[in-house]
Amino acid sequence: MLNGKTALVTGASRGIGKAIALELASQGAKVAVNFAGSEDRANQVVNEIVENGGEAFAIQANVANTEDVQELVKRTVKEFGSLDILVNNAGITRDNLLMRMKEDEWDDVINTNLKGVFNCTKAVSRQMMKQRSGRIINIASVVGVAGNPGQANYVAAKAGVIGLTKTTAKELASRNITVNAVAPGFIETDMTEELSAEVKEGLFDRIPLHRLGKAEDVAKVVRFLASEDSNYVTGQTIHVDGGMVM
Amino acid sequence: MADTLDRVKKIIVDRLGVDESEVTPEASFKEDLGADSLDVVELVMELEDEFDMEISDEDAEKIATVGDVINYINNHK
Repeated sequence: MLNGKTALVTGASRGIGKAIALELASQGAKVAVNFAGSEDRANQVVNEIVENGGEAFAIQANVANTEDVQELVKRTVKEFGSLDILVNNAGITRDNLLMRMKEDEWDDVINTNLKGVFNCTKAVSRQMMKQRSGRIINIASVVGVAGNPGQANYVAAKAGVIGLTKTTAKELASRNITVNAVAPGFIETDMTEELSAEVKEGLFDRIPLHRLGKAEDVAKVVRFLASEDSNYVTGQTIHVDGGMVM
Repeated sequence: MADTLDRVKKIIVDRLGVDESEVTPEASFKEDLGADSLDVVELVMELEDEFDMEISDEDAEKIATVGDVINYINNHK
């Protein structure tokens, strides 16, 4: 499905990003596995891809850092000779009630989750414009649509990503580059593992499919958006949330 | 000098699909040569490759006419 394609997945050492890297690789794409701090885990992802006959390498970069990102994209293009797919997945949480949220908690989340998407998108758009093709897939969140107490910073960043997705889609459409967002609901990852059993049970009542999603559920939608099958889809936000937000 | 002009002209003709006679120093990319903002961005990218230079975003924003490009290249060689 993605034979000969090249992909960069940010924050791919674990969770949803890892599942996306593995999924794209399983479809034949060569994958740059970006990580910020977890080098060992990123290498494990690369090993898993290579063991399954795929091609991948791990590359460190903090997406909030503009220079880091330029180097990240430059090295990826050099390694692969092209860049067909960018998945902006890297994200962090610093949850707190608005009244208690510190400035650095706000800044850290906005810088990684929103500015990071801007940085990576800007850096790859040059290559994709030259190629006259490209796929950019941003991992947003349903809380960016619906809001969520205790996550003002995260929600603002994710809502920003959805707006950025639409604008980038309009700006780059004439160069055959599509830009879409995937908005996961509650997915079983390290990020949601911190939630108490009580909170999780309460969550199920709000999810029509009455369970948490799996990272693979998200990865499969990303795979669709990265493929030729989604040629006529751009600027959209696809919810993968068990029906939580409609 | 002539070499720079010829190389720039060729890129503009190829990229914007205009006639060479239209590519005069006074010609504005957007007003006269039918380029949109993205075309100008791409043109700058191509010039960077052709002349092996980096044109900063600030400088690129100032480029409006063919003459601006020629001047920029001649001043930064």
